[in-house]
Amino acid sequence: MLKFIAKRLLWMIPSLFAVSFLAFVLIQLPPGDYVTTYIATLAASNEVIDQNTAASLRERFGLGDPMLVQYVKWMWGILSRGDFGISFEWQQPVSGLIWERMALTLVLAVASLLATWAIALPIGVYSAVRKYSVGDYLFTAFSFFGLSVPSFLLALLLMYVAAVEFGQDVGGLFSPEYETASWSIAKMLDLLGHLWLPVAILAVSSTASLIRVMRANMLDELPKPYVTTARAKGLSEFRLLTKYPMRIALNPFISTIAWLLPNLISGSVVVAIVLNLPTAAPLLLQSLMAQDMYLAGAFVLLICALTLIGSLISDILLALVDPRIRLE
Amino acid sequence: MSDIHTISPRKPLLEVRNLVTQFPLRTGLFKAVNDLSFSIEQGKTLCVVGESGSGKSVTARSILQIVDSPGEIASGSIILNTADGKSVDLAKLHPRSKAIRDIRGRDIAMIFQEPMSSLSPVHTVGDQITEVLRLHMKMTKQQARDEAINLLRQVEIPNPEQAIDRYAFQYSGGMRQRAMIAMALACKPQLLIADEPTTALDVTTQAEILDLIARLQKSFGMAVLFITHDMGVVAQIADDVLVMHHGVAKEYGPVEQIFHAPQDPYTKMLIGSVLKLEQKAEIRLARPPLDTTAKPILEVRNLSQHFGTLKALDDVSISLLPGETLGIVGESGSGKTTMGRAIMRLYDPTGGEMLYRKADGSVVDLAKIGGTALKEARRELRMVFQDPFGSLNPRMTVAQVIGEPLLVNGIMRGKELDERVCQLMEQVGLDPRGRERYPHAFSGGQRQRIGIARAITLKPRIIVADEATSALDVSVRFQVLDLLMKLQDELQLAYIFISHDIGVIRYMCDRVGVMYRGKLVEVGEAEKVCNAPDHPYTQALLSAIPRPDPRDRDRSRRFRYVEPATPLIQSTLVKNGSSAR
Amino acid sequence: MVDIAITNVQPDRAAVASQWQLIWWAFKRHRLAMISLFVTIALYLVALIPGFFAINDPTLQNARATFHPPQRVHLIDTANGFSLGLHYYPLKLTRDPETLAAIFTEDTSRKIPIALFGRGYEYSVFGLFNTTVHLVASTDPSRPLFLFGADRLGRDVFSRVVQGAQISLSIGLVGVFISLLLGVVLGGISGYYGGRIDFVMQRVIDFVLSLPTIPIWLAMAAALPQGWPATMQYMMITIILSLTGWAQLARVVRGRFLSLRTEEFVAAARLDGVSEGRIIFRHMLPSFSSHIIASVTLAVPAMILAETSLSFLGLGLQPPTISWGVLLREAQNIRSIATAPWLFLPGIAVVIAVMALNLLGDGLRDAADPYNK
Repeated sequence: MLKFIAKRLLWMIPSLFAVSFLAFVLIQLPPGDYVTTYIATLAASNEVIDQNTAASLRERFGLGDPMLVQYVKWMWGILSRGDFGISFEWQQPVSGLIWERMALTLVLAVASLLATWAIALPIGVYSAVRKYSVGDYLFTAFSFFGLSVPSFLLALLLMYVAAVEFGQDVGGLFSPEYETASWSIAKMLDLLGHLWLPVAILAVSSTASLIRVMRANMLDELPKPYVTTARAKGLSEFRLLTKYPMRIALNPFISTIAWLLPNLISGSVVVAIVLNLPTAAPLLLQSLMAQDMYLAGAFVLLICALTLIGSLISDILLALVDPRIRLE
Repeated sequence: MSDIHTISPRKPLLEVRNLVTQFPLRTGLFKAVNDLSFSIEQGKTLCVVGESGSGKSVTARSILQIVDSPGEIASGSIILNTADGKSVDLAKLHPRSKAIRDIRGRDIAMIFQEPMSSLSPVHTVGDQITEVLRLHMKMTKQQARDEAINLLRQVEIPNPEQAIDRYAFQYSGGMRQRAMIAMALACKPQLLIADEPTTALDVTTQAEILDLIARLQKSFGMAVLFITHDMGVVAQIADDVLVMHHGVAKEYGPVEQIFHAPQDPYTKMLIGSVLKLEQKAEIRLARPPLDTTAKPILEVRNLSQHFGTLKALDDVSISLLPGETLGIVGESGSGKTTMGRAIMRLYDPTGGEMLYRKADGSVVDLAKIGGTALKEARRELRMVFQDPFGSLNPRMTVAQVIGEPLLVNGIMRGKELDERVCQLMEQVGLDPRGRERYPHAFSGGQRQRIGIARAITLKPRIIVADEATSALDVSVRFQVLDLLMKLQDELQLAYIFISHDIGVIRYMCDRVGVMYRGKLVEVGEAEKVCNAPDHPYTQALLSAIPRPDPRDRDRSRRFRYVEPATPLIQSTLVKNGSSAR
Repeated sequence: MVDIAITNVQPDRAAVASQWQLIWWAFKRHRLAMISLFVTIALYLVALIPGFFAINDPTLQNARATFHPPQRVHLIDTANGFSLGLHYYPLKLTRDPETLAAIFTEDTSRKIPIALFGRGYEYSVFGLFNTTVHLVASTDPSRPLFLFGADRLGRDVFSRVVQGAQISLSIGLVGVFISLLLGVVLGGISGYYGGRIDFVMQRVIDFVLSLPTIPIWLAMAAALPQGWPATMQYMMITIILSLTGWAQLARVVRGRFLSLRTEEFVAAARLDGVSEGRIIFRHMLPSFSSHIIASVTLAVPAMILAETSLSFLGLGLQPPTISWGVLLREAQNIRSIATAPWLFLPGIAVVIAVMALNLLGDGLRDAADPYNK
């Protein structure tokens, strides 16, 4: 067991490096660099910058170095002192911009994950046990609908309904008075009051797919002989279901963290942009458009790292709850 | 003492009257059990015997109302007369009612065919046993645990204090079934329903489990309803026998009558097929003796096949004469299947040689050759597989399956190929008009014939048959064996016949090799090995086989084989539970 | 053991039924999947020749029709005496005297009949020839029919949705095709050879699957130069989507290959002297092609959703290219949807297409293996 965890943890190291390199390559992909974009922006407002200034800007940001050198410098900064570089656009260290937004991203993702589980688990079990009942058909219909609606469309619709019917603005995660305030209990409560909407939107599509997964898992387990054994022992149907097939169907359910988390984070990017949430996504989009490479790179790196950690957690959890993995 | 007889006869423990259990299908109602009546006396054993699809398992499940949905009891009664004088009609109870739940596990308990999948993989064995005790006997956690350890000890599980906290996959096949029995007997039920409890086990393990059930039955005074397809087991344990076929009772009576004076033609046929396999095949009696001075067609020398640390084959040497049938017998994990596959070069042997003598007298080492040479050799060495469902590509018609070897070897095509396929199908007793059909349209026995036709397509000289009849019902089994012998005479084939079933070996083979843990422990004339073996393992193996005769029930001659080097072969928990077969 | 699907046809027909026939019989029993099949076929038909189904030129701007609301199509006309026949009434634009907001009212005095297979704007069929025949055409081109209303620039939303189907639906197909190519080759190699290659490939697949797709797509799409021609953009976006989409398919292919490798009929074929190529193409491929088709069908809607999201965020396809995602960008502004909620209608098209494909894929998956039930 310890060996398994150790192996799994060791595997994280090359994965994280791969992710960091991927992030760096991605942000290097656009032709030109921040300075070109900067010049273009200035040119648009009829300002001209001379070659010397451009060169000194490049010098300052280290943009003249070969890519690998830039990557090593960047990684070294992150590993040695948590320095993710400078945001060109904001003219301040990236590390000052990202952490609160990443934390909110994580809060949003985890809250959606929990909501998804809480809804999908009982419904999936119900659907499987009462296969082809009215309830099963209703939930199946819901899950296919949920799978088919893009989350941004749902977000837009809800915003539309809120704006037209109730005259409310539902964007953001905080009321205006708390937006810049420092953290307090009141601010936390305010966050919770705003969080439910994006969580609900994100949970719709992930719940839909998870209901299908749970239903299929349960349908696989229900005809197994050990269920008959338990029934022959005289257990009540409810106790039997919760103790045996549900418990075993939960194992593949746990491994859903590995793919649900990337999905949720992906989905949250779009929803956050539509609802203008103070998470990583809107800033990521903005920095990508502006070729603010270190800021964008930091976000891509951290978001990917988050999902990698998610799959690590799911693997370890799985080993903890399944003796077949734990003991072999 | 005489007044015992004056008391009105005690009611039987369980009386089943006109039971009908049906499954609604798209095409209409399917009656899996049709108008079935029988009864079980207290402390007695009733065996329900039948081939696949006879409805015997559904009968067992109907009693406890645990028939898989959408099956349901349509009519009839199942009266349980308990010791305290109460009578309940189980058929009238709702499958989810408290009343039937109280009976399940307490008055009537059940054990199943696959002990591995019948136990939960993620709960400890102890958890699953204590659960019954706490449910029905209202024991505390500690009481239940103590009792569970006690039960595990009773079913002869070593170190029960530790074993209770293990998982089913950490047990060996036989141990799992013992744990199932411990669980079923936890509340000292009056009736134990055993649904093919030994089918998935090796014959030596089967003997131990049967002994265990018999011992516990005696000490608990419990009745047993034993479902099986094995007439040998029936003969050994039954008081009464119910023979089922397609959901209907064919014959019902005392075991003596069923075996020695059967009335129903189906029962006669069933008993006849079993007795057939008790001796040498008729076809072989008419044959001239084998030329034992001929040069062997295949010589296996010091063959080894290791998979990592597992020595599946360990220094095996054996030879095969032209036209001979060589049996390889052994239990699961003995390496017999590996041997067949190694000869066919489905594996690359780790060591040793396999010298094959071609028709022109030249010799090749099958262990070394590859490419075209191997391809050529495989035309003359063919294989028949165990699983008649898995070994035929379901997406090809029978004509394509049988004709493929001719086609891909560039021997025949078009009309010529079609004619040859028809001829081959006739040869194996199939109607050539069915050649455009797909395998799913054929029964297990017919599919095995298709597999045999494919094997003889290229006019081979040796056929390796790996458990070729073990998936078949007993009435079909000897027909396929007879077909193989007929083809042997027609085509001058030599067979390597791999089986776990001594009866099949005795019926079919000239010589036999006995395998145990990757080694060949005994080779000799089939008659000698099957009747008076030299090696203690073979002796133990033979002693464990249930004889299909209720008059021959001497359990005392049965004994376990204990390997000299490691004395605790069967009685230690295996770490990575490998299933029994 | 004989499959349930076979039991409701005559045994003689079932006996000679090939795998595809058995799958079709099983599939036909899924009513919802059958409906989805027809919807999907209809949608792709529209995508094939959108011009025929469009009413107005989707690129034509009309200053007088800014945020023109959807019009109703009538069958019975009572305003101008009683008559039957498809027709509509043009909308009159007036302005609220105080707020100056546009008010459209139906002008029932002017009845404009609708012609089936009538003449409209000229479009090209498969780039082969041009025609002006449309399924539905207005008989008065000066007062066009806006079935789904018009957008900010007065362009017909219905015709734009129909035109957008071509890009949005085909991007799903092309993207999945590229993913499939990558998936089958890489997954096949991994499953067929096993061992060390398989181990490395497994790690790569796990890694790719654990990446969040949208941020990566955003980063890649941001790298595309804005000025590229539409076809280049289209190709690049499909490639970007495929770069993460292949892993899922590779996993399916690998799993199938691994389980088939141990099947006895494959071993039997090898002993029959069947060559490796024939084993793969004659024995293994037919065994999992139905599963692959089901997986592919389920991957298409995911692609469509991805394109829509990317284009919606402004990093996918760019106007003047018309795709459903591009159309939905118009609905991004809360003020414009407050005045013109019909800008959501392309979203309905997305939902219908994705749902139909999901249900179709689900039905196919259930029917894919007629032998093990």
